[in-house]
Amino acid sequence: MKRTRFVFSGSGGQGVITAGIILAEAAVIHEGMNATQTQSYGAAARGGSTRSDVIISNQPIYYPEVNQANILVCLTQESYINYSSIIRPGGLVLTDSRFVKTTKKVDARQIEVPMYDMVMEKIKKPIVFNICMLGALLGITEFVKPTSLMEVIKATVPKDFIELNQNAFELGMELGALYNE
Amino acid sequence: MTDNINSNSVNDNNGIKPNDINNGIKANNIKFIQGNEACVEGALYAGVDFFAGYPITPSTEIAELLSKRLPEKGGKFIQMEDEIASMCAIIGASLTGHKVMTATSGPGFSLKQEALGYACMAEIPCVIVNVQRGGPSTGNPTHVSQGDINQARWGTHGDHAIIALTASNHQDVFGVTVDAFNLAETYRTPVILLFDEVVGHMREKLIIPEKGELPIVDRLRTSVRKGVDYHPYLPREDGRLPMSDFGAEHRYNVTGLFHDMWGFPSNNPQVVRELLHHLVDKIENNVHTITRYKEHYLEGAEYILISYGSSARSAIHMAKNRRERGEKVGVLELQSIWPFPEAMVREKCANAKAVIVVEMNMGQVMREVKACVDNPSKVFLANRIDNKLINPTNIKTLLRIIQGRGV
Repeated sequence: MKRTRFVFSGSGGQGVITAGIILAEAAVIHEGMNATQTQSYGAAARGGSTRSDVIISNQPIYYPEVNQANILVCLTQESYINYSSIIRPGGLVLTDSRFVKTTKKVDARQIEVPMYDMVMEKIKKPIVFNICMLGALLGITEFVKPTSLMEVIKATVPKDFIELNQNAFELGMELGALYNE
Repeated sequence: MTDNINSNSVNDNNGIKPNDINNGIKANNIKFIQGNEACVEGALYAGVDFFAGYPITPSTEIAELLSKRLPEKGGKFIQMEDEIASMCAIIGASLTGHKVMTATSGPGFSLKQEALGYACMAEIPCVIVNVQRGGPSTGNPTHVSQGDINQARWGTHGDHAIIALTASNHQDVFGVTVDAFNLAETYRTPVILLFDEVVGHMREKLIIPEKGELPIVDRLRTSVRKGVDYHPYLPREDGRLPMSDFGAEHRYNVTGLFHDMWGFPSNNPQVVRELLHHLVDKIENNVHTITRYKEHYLEGAEYILISYGSSARSAIHMAKNRRERGEKVGVLELQSIWPFPEAMVREKCANAKAVIVVEMNMGQVMREVKACVDNPSKVFLANRIDNKLINPTNIKTLLRIIQGRGV
């Protein structure tokens, strides 16, 4: 991967920051890439808009923030309104169909996936919504190997929750694969 | 195109060769962590075994992580009642023979200044981390600034010298943290680590060097035997002062007053003059050994950007893009701010058409650069003071104006 700039956005508590960290960590630890992760950081502990910028590259990364994203993930309507303008022409916008109503104003491939609804139907735990989202992202394009990402999840989450996360990840992969070009 | 990196720094591994970086490196040694965590890893590598602090954003992760890691290795972590007490606690612990550190940000750094001066005067090795945020006062806790450059130099009163180091990426955060402990021991002085919110909170790769890869300076202890008179402030021929763990074998006095070789207060004019000279000269006369910097695309550069900390990342990003377009733009990245590397900066900038200082304050390093280059009128400032990270476009805009190309 030459240089890919991701923005993960949503509402505090949805796990968008964690998702960004997991993806970047997988690229660094298991695939020998460089990555940076930054986040907008306010005083609120949960709720409100959150955003996590991730850059993955096989070259050194200097400026760590994303002005134009190749990949934009929006898990709330507010984040879609705020950030859809930063997508690079030809980029990819991934949204959750339950929370985001997209417009046609964006010059990018827009993919709406019922991630939240499927997580609630099959797994019944909203806590793994973000991992399902990562699965969907990798199902659409394999930015890092799914095994790399699972390795990071295994090292990050408590032992009793690994299976739950694995299921969510695989569910997401299946959903994303429908849009794999 | 080369990204030349020349430095006195012991650590130049910038995580720059991604494709072979994981080969031969133990998986546990590769981390994807925040800059504050990289600082902790560096401190532990250097042998820190005492930390006293009062957590404050954006430095909190340093205290948080050390509260877990220090007890695991038999060290001590104390959360004190405030920043003043934290500073006093590390001074006391250092005197008893420990490698010590505290971490804070703007308002806490202000509170530490009085005791910092005491550590300068009493020549007590210690490391103070200041992860800079917006100021003055409580300012902007969660956002970035580089406004404490001059506070690090002159925050405490009276003539004195100080060492302050900084870094723009996690490998260097680790390296300068190890360096800070080494310099503190070598010169018996407080050393300030001036990081900033972006470097502190950003996550990126860190490769932890194997034991022995980076040199470690241990406490120089006196060879004077127990029961024999020990002079705590009598320098050896090389200027260094061997220490004796306070409360152990020798009895001696420590004071913030001007003092003689016994450590007892003195207002003898000769003692006062010689001590002040000693305090300043031991650092200022060694500026060449203390100076740490990196060059990025600097060879033949007509336009030189001088930067440090997170703003250097934007400067390097911009210079790389300009070079790819054939423009001769390079970056001189400072890793030691105090003592200011005047001679080095003057030499590097001698042939530049313009020198642009890139920083997130109202020109604190720019003034130092203007004071040391041959032609101060060719020095410009590219800054941001809205507590947002300066971006490559901000710098490019100024560069185009200087080049007479308009915006």
